[in-house]
Amino acid sequence: MAAGCTSLLLARGGLRLTIACIALVSTALALFAVNFPALTGRIVDQANIIATDTRNSIEPKLADLEVKSGIQFVVATVTSLEGQEIEPYANELFRTWKLGEKTKNNGLLLLIAPNERRVRIEVGYGLEGTLTDALSKVIITNAITPRFKAGDFSGGISRGVDDIITVLTTDASEWQKRPTLRLDNQQTSDPANWLLIAALIALVTLLIVSPGFRWLFMNLVLNIVFNSGGSSSSSGGSSGGGGFSGGGGSSGGGGASGSW
Amino acid sequence: MAISVACIRGVSVAILLGLTVAGCGYNNIPTYEEQAKAKWADVQNNYQRRADLIPNLVATVQGYAKQEKDVLTAVVEARAKATQVKIDVSQLTDPAKLKQFQDAQNALSGALGRLLAISENYPDLKSNQNFLALQSQLEGTENRIAVARRDYIEAVRVYNTELKTFPGLLWASTFFRSNKPMAEFTAGENAQTPPQVKF
Repeated sequence: MAAGCTSLLLARGGLRLTIACIALVSTALALFAVNFPALTGRIVDQANIIATDTRNSIEPKLADLEVKSGIQFVVATVTSLEGQEIEPYANELFRTWKLGEKTKNNGLLLLIAPNERRVRIEVGYGLEGTLTDALSKVIITNAITPRFKAGDFSGGISRGVDDIITVLTTDASEWQKRPTLRLDNQQTSDPANWLLIAALIALVTLLIVSPGFRWLFMNLVLNIVFNSGGSSSSSGGSSGGGGFSGGGGSSGGGGASGSW
Repeated sequence: MAISVACIRGVSVAILLGLTVAGCGYNNIPTYEEQAKAKWADVQNNYQRRADLIPNLVATVQGYAKQEKDVLTAVVEARAKATQVKIDVSQLTDPAKLKQFQDAQNALSGALGRLLAISENYPDLKSNQNFLALQSQLEGTENRIAVARRDYIEAVRVYNTELKTFPGLLWASTFFRSNKPMAEFTAGENAQTPPQVKF
């Protein structure tokens, strides 16, 4: 669809017009594009305030939490909120990283902005009942900001993480051993397989038999190729060993903020 | 053969035409409309959540600041008015109705703001655990309202744009003639004036 419209613009006597349009769109996009740090792992320390041994003690706890309950908990520090308040920034960052499983929305973000002296716990839709706003505020006020005021970032973050995990794991509904490991879900049921094979045979037969069908089929394929921009199927959360990525979850603005 | 090749050809042509039409954006208008309606439901839910927090808040404040009867009554009345104005999803294309809803909610925001301001004068109230919990819940709900509004505005923007741009324009003028653009939130008057910072 985009290719068709661009060719239409070009044909209508505007290479200039097309360039102007593209420039306008990219400027508009640039204005909205905040520079979020990449999701390199469960701890994204852009502001470099977390001590290495604290990092090494927290990271296994976060990984363990995900293995046991599927909750994706990420700790992030940023050098600048880029002129935004921490609430919209945290929400957009959460949604960009897509923390938590897509169906359960059990993601969690602890965001610290040391230069603006703000901290926020952003809770995914699915965890709002367990880690309520009031609880988040209590954790921030009691565990995190007093230590930050004294300059102890690592201690504050470590204690905050411990408290949050305690809240999440004390509530039995969140703390469940996941029934099947992702790697085992490879087998598809037999009837579905047979149906697929039968459909493929029918498709190939029709392609051979009828030239009109062939023409329509190519048309359809081209349409799908041009229109499949929007939807993308998100893969699950972290796999056994290597990379960590968001599971497709979202947040609605739950949680609490604090400053010191 | 019982079914002729021509018949198979006819049926497959029909199916493929249907799929091609779907690929050309016929489905977009109803899809975007439903998404916008779902986002509106979120907005209303969050406003309702705020309204539900208020009786508890009023009771807590009353325990410490009974003499502030005017402010407390104002909050209760504003809440009653705000919960009466409900917008059904079919009324989302009516900007006047949306403005009515927004005005009622803004009035409640104003009354709540005054209540929280006078609470500053009562140190016992400020340190009361229940009040602190309610305050954080209110802040959370206000944030959720802000997020839900942003999502709704975006969904409405996508839907209204689809109605006006090619090829949605074609479908809108033929099959979806009854679909009108949805109304958006207007920025309140207090949003235009910057907040006064007093030291």
